[in-house]
Amino acid sequence: MTHGSARRRTVDVEGIARVEGEGSLHIDVHDGVVADVSLSIFEPPRFFEALLVGRRAAETPDITARICGICPVAYQMSACAAIEDACGTTVSEGIWDLRRLLYCGEWIESHALHIYLLHAPDFLGCADAVELAEHDRAVVERGLALKRTGNLVMETVGGRAIHPVNVRVGGFYSAPDPAAVAALAEPLRRALDAALATVEWVSGFDFPDFQADHRFVALHHPDRYPIESGRVGSSDGLDVSASGFADLVVEEHVARSTALHARLEGGLDYLTGPMARYALNAGRLPGVARQAAAAAGLGPVCTNPFKSIVVRAVELVFACHEALRLVEAYEPPDPPAAAVLPRAGEGTGATEAPRGLLFHRYRIDADGVIETARIVPPTSQNQRAIEADLRRVAQGSLDLPDDALAWRCEQAVRNHDPCISCAAHFLDVTVDR
Amino acid sequence: MTADERPTLAVWKFASCDGCQLTLLDCEDELLAVAGAVRIARFTEMTKAVVEGPYDLSLVEGSITTAADAERILEVRRSSRRLVTIGACAAAGGIQALRNSVGSAAYAGVVYAHPEYISSLDTSTPISAHVEVDFELQGCPIDRHQLLEVIAAALAGRRPVVPVHSVCQECKGRGTVCLLVAGSTPCLGPVTRAGCGALCPSIGRGCFGCFGPSAGANTEALTGRLLASGMTPLDASRLFATFYSGAPAFAEQAAALAGRDAGAAGGCEDRP
Repeated sequence: MTHGSARRRTVDVEGIARVEGEGSLHIDVHDGVVADVSLSIFEPPRFFEALLVGRRAAETPDITARICGICPVAYQMSACAAIEDACGTTVSEGIWDLRRLLYCGEWIESHALHIYLLHAPDFLGCADAVELAEHDRAVVERGLALKRTGNLVMETVGGRAIHPVNVRVGGFYSAPDPAAVAALAEPLRRALDAALATVEWVSGFDFPDFQADHRFVALHHPDRYPIESGRVGSSDGLDVSASGFADLVVEEHVARSTALHARLEGGLDYLTGPMARYALNAGRLPGVARQAAAAAGLGPVCTNPFKSIVVRAVELVFACHEALRLVEAYEPPDPPAAAVLPRAGEGTGATEAPRGLLFHRYRIDADGVIETARIVPPTSQNQRAIEADLRRVAQGSLDLPDDALAWRCEQAVRNHDPCISCAAHFLDVTVDR
Repeated sequence: MTADERPTLAVWKFASCDGCQLTLLDCEDELLAVAGAVRIARFTEMTKAVVEGPYDLSLVEGSITTAADAERILEVRRSSRRLVTIGACAAAGGIQALRNSVGSAAYAGVVYAHPEYISSLDTSTPISAHVEVDFELQGCPIDRHQLLEVIAAALAGRRPVVPVHSVCQECKGRGTVCLLVAGSTPCLGPVTRAGCGALCPSIGRGCFGCFGPSAGANTEALTGRLLASGMTPLDASRLFATFYSGAPAFAEQAAALAGRDAGAAGGCEDRP
């Protein structure tokens, strides 16, 4: 795992565990200084932007869902928003609310997965959640129950949890039965309690003392915490439409780094995801989530990425509360989908995947056939920020023995819940050995 | 039972979306019981711990799209007593098998500024094209109840019991009115393997074939029906060429329909 002379030390983690997809990290230390850091992806590229060309715009929710089995709803929602933008479609409030409910299900499922199964074991010195369950079975069962509730919301609204079938451009194939939606209230109330307990649990972990000064980028909305819509804002004052943001993002294909890196025009790095959303939108959280955050000692902005698990837990509270609110207010949208009339043009859609901002842009012809596609997932936008964290975390942890140093660095990657399957649709890998 | 006596389970990933291995973690009510009955010896998405092989049961997700992966799957086979593939990518190449008709070089040029940095095979092929496979569990994504059946069967040393008949029978079973007959909605249910519970027809949507071809699927007869209902050959071709575009029964229809469309309309006309 780690090797080298007194002057040179190398840390290689060849399969980063407990992340979605397959990646590796490599750190070179020369004379006590971290000289090089790279997070590599050895997922083979799957060429989604290419295989979408010539397909119907109506197929984008189903096809792009297959980029990622962990956040398929995020892909479906960004695809729908982009195509509706291109076609000038107006979607009713009721449909938007149902989308938000579906999306809350994905946030609950994904955040519970990350907190309990992927991230918490780092703080407790366990290899995985099964080992954690040997010490505290009740806590793992609480996490699994939360995850189950997220899946239940997705199954009820979307038909199934992985690659939902009920989503179409314009809305849904059918509006879920009110009785089935009402039946979600009880599990969601229990989930809300479990989410509050989660915040309390994770806020008691020992966090490495570390601060990162990232530029935060997230959707923001005048009166709600952002999930399925909003303008794009940043911690340094950006305020643009999804389309305006897509114009600002430049992707570079760099051989050495093995990845397309997304940056803002002018070469600016940035971070999306829970820490960014929270920093830009904490004031729009419901009272119950704000109180939980305050009790956990979270200020209005969290700048320690190791504490992202607390922010994620606060968002879990929010998502359960929001889903419950939407369930209680539910009236089946009629019709369940807006008519989408193809026209030649370009459209952009941006939504908040559990792990950060995801945008799609399509150009379609007058018959609704895709001419070009561009999909920028959160992990590609976050990759430079993750590497910046890694560099500083490694530098500050050089006194650790090799195994502990490697684990600390892996943990620094997991702080950002990277989804390598998502990123890999345009990442290539040359692992440097 | 001590830890060492439990059968070992390994989970492997090739080109895929992670959704099928996530299905194992989606067995929330059974996960800890499964982890008690088998020793999870290698599952990178879930654990840092790695137990060296050989493994009693390997679950393999994803398709083979790189030269390195074509080598790696041989090693996985050598270290596995029983190898079960999970999902459409592993069984038929997945959605990424759409490259098979054009080659990855053409695709790389669309996605990458420097296609010369990309090392990818021209095809996305199923695991069974490379090694012997003991069982293929179908679906995009797989069904979690079927996954538990596969694991239970492997532990018991028997063949999994999963249906090979079509989605049509599941519609009949749940009393869903036939979309194809009653509403002329294009539907692949007659030629698609059961397992989802006929989800799409139950919400008024035609089946789009995400569990792959059923046993003895008569795709040609269905094609006639799709065209008679007003679907263009190119749209019918797209319907067959999605998540199981690499499965021969679907691939043949997709190619024939695309050819018919090109012959009929010069390859550029396509109206809904």
